[in-house]
Amino acid sequence: MTIVGLTGDEAVAYAVKQSKVDIVAAYPITPQTIMVERFSKYVADGEVQTEYVCVESEHSAMSACVGASLTGARVFTATASQGLALMHEMLYIASGLRCPIVMGVANRALSAPINIHGDHSDMMASRDCGWIQVYVENAQEAYDWTIMAFKLAEDKEVQLPVSVNLDGFILSHSMEGVDVLEDGVVSKFLQLRKPLFTIDPAEPVTVGALCLPDYYFEFKRQQVEAMLNVPRVLRNVNKEYRGVAGRNYGVLEAFGMEDAEVAILCLGSTAGTARAVARKLREQREKVGVVKLWLYRPFPTEDVVVALRRLKALAVLDRAVSFGAPYGALCSDVVSALHTQQEKPQVFNVIYGLGGRDIEPSDVELVFKEALKIAETGVVKEPVMFLGVRE
Amino acid sequence: MVTLRELSTEELFASGHRLCAGCGEGIINRMTLKALRGPTIIVAATGCNEVASTIYPYTSWRLPWVHVAFENAAAVASGIEAAYKAMARRGAWDKHVDVIAIAGDGGTYDIGIQALSGALERGHDFLYICLDNEAYMNTGIQRSGATPKGADTTTSPAGSVIPGKPEWKKDLIGICAAHGIEYVATASPAYWNDYITKVRKGIEVNGPAVIDVLSPCPLGWRHDSSLSIQLVRLAVETRYFPVYEVEHGKYKLNINISKPKPVEEFLKAQGRFAHLFKPTYRKDVIDEIQQNVDSNWNRIQKLTTQSSQ
Repeated sequence: MTIVGLTGDEAVAYAVKQSKVDIVAAYPITPQTIMVERFSKYVADGEVQTEYVCVESEHSAMSACVGASLTGARVFTATASQGLALMHEMLYIASGLRCPIVMGVANRALSAPINIHGDHSDMMASRDCGWIQVYVENAQEAYDWTIMAFKLAEDKEVQLPVSVNLDGFILSHSMEGVDVLEDGVVSKFLQLRKPLFTIDPAEPVTVGALCLPDYYFEFKRQQVEAMLNVPRVLRNVNKEYRGVAGRNYGVLEAFGMEDAEVAILCLGSTAGTARAVARKLREQREKVGVVKLWLYRPFPTEDVVVALRRLKALAVLDRAVSFGAPYGALCSDVVSALHTQQEKPQVFNVIYGLGGRDIEPSDVELVFKEALKIAETGVVKEPVMFLGVRE
Repeated sequence: MVTLRELSTEELFASGHRLCAGCGEGIINRMTLKALRGPTIIVAATGCNEVASTIYPYTSWRLPWVHVAFENAAAVASGIEAAYKAMARRGAWDKHVDVIAIAGDGGTYDIGIQALSGALERGHDFLYICLDNEAYMNTGIQRSGATPKGADTTTSPAGSVIPGKPEWKKDLIGICAAHGIEYVATASPAYWNDYITKVRKGIEVNGPAVIDVLSPCPLGWRHDSSLSIQLVRLAVETRYFPVYEVEHGKYKLNINISKPKPVEEFLKAQGRFAHLFKPTYRKDVIDEIQQNVDSNWNRIQKLTTQSSQ
């Protein structure tokens, strides 16, 4: 076991180094910048054989990644917030052209007003772009999931881009002990990419042709199919990774759910706080639990249903707002997943932490208390609760 | 300059595409592909050339062809070029691949100029060809930064107060040359051997190269489709479109026009300038265009003279 002190961003950069990428095309933006800074140093010191394309914008970053990916190369980029927004057009093209690019996203609030701190507005605005989305809780997970992301993306049943999301500053800039694998172990787990097709001049193909109403729909349907393959492929990737790293991953992580009557469902670093509070409440014999989704796209509907259907009350925590929608994006998905079930909990939505506002254990406790009250009364008085905001 | 006898008889741009009759783009594509020296990948920006040559499941391209979006042909080309370099480094690739990006003037002068500038500054080894038909023709003839002053387009319409586009065309060659790249040139498909020679030169340059080639558009310029090539010859003969190159920063006029025809001859052959002749003869505007043509020619000639000293 080798424990190294790494921030979340550094953990991603380290994983990318070991994943032997051919191309990194990226543009600096807070709080992602450390990823590309560290990686540039690996290039400058000759620790990797990667071509680092220092592009002039995030739009060009993703454009260069798409071009590079079509040659059969392994490709990585990283961004956050406004950068992800600028890439938006290209995100759809990367998935539509079935480019297995991996992208580190240090999640950050979107302007205006401008704010550099962590929330999920950036990736939630991109949730329908056809990218697989993974959210991590700490630097260790950032490291592990980055390596697994390449294997998942490049699987021939998938061939889709993956974003590995880590909370801006909370994870991107906090140093933790990370158990890193030996280079050789990573190389064995993650063999060289074997593309289904490339733009090799020896076998010419046309990529990105105009598809009119007679063909476009079929292309999109195939993309849906590829997304549906993800949970199955991911199970194998997780299993294989457990074999080499000894760490268990899946589509979600449940805590106390074996007997919980109320629970919190959330993404990312908040899960740690939620678990700590749940542990305390369970010591007081409250039947509470926490569900953290690692995989947000494709949404793991079946696993979510199995995990949640026996609850009496559920709080879904959204660190982004979906203006004018009945709930935040995550809560809308959870409600949709549950709606066909006879047996299901009362659900309420908690919008929290926008622009990096801290979520304290006392805030989480307040949410659990509200959930316990709903479990007892069966009445949701406030379907959407704004946590920790001055009103 | 290349001779007809030296050209390959292989046709890498297949017939059956859906470009308009008399469109310069198909003619230029065919010439471009006659200049190749080996394995080549084409990167296309969104535009007429793309939509008319690759309507799924058909394609006119007998070599790898990639279209990603409108404004990023140079960035996509950067990624492809860099990827082959990286794969060669780890021993997964042993061929040299030439990369040619092709975009229209909208995708080059306007929306794509940032990506182009970035790629030129980074020094990627690729050739960028701008098919310059002086407006957004694919979306229905809107003005671009390449549209000449006085031209009637759907977003710079000739009105009773404003006689077509009020602004001059952008100096793309100057902008590209200012990046300090090895080769930048203009060309007209009427001078096929000049163009093909330039494409080959651009490919052979070790680093980025840019060619702006004037592409006649019967629909947007409103001229008889059988006269396309004559018109782009007239553009050169009137000094409206000087054919020159900037090699290692040195300007050179490739086609010297010692006795230029008046620019009016070029203008009156096209519907996009018809409002300058009827119902009122707009001598003021035509004179202004002539003066601009003269001063532009003098500028390039001066730069050529300076470069040879």
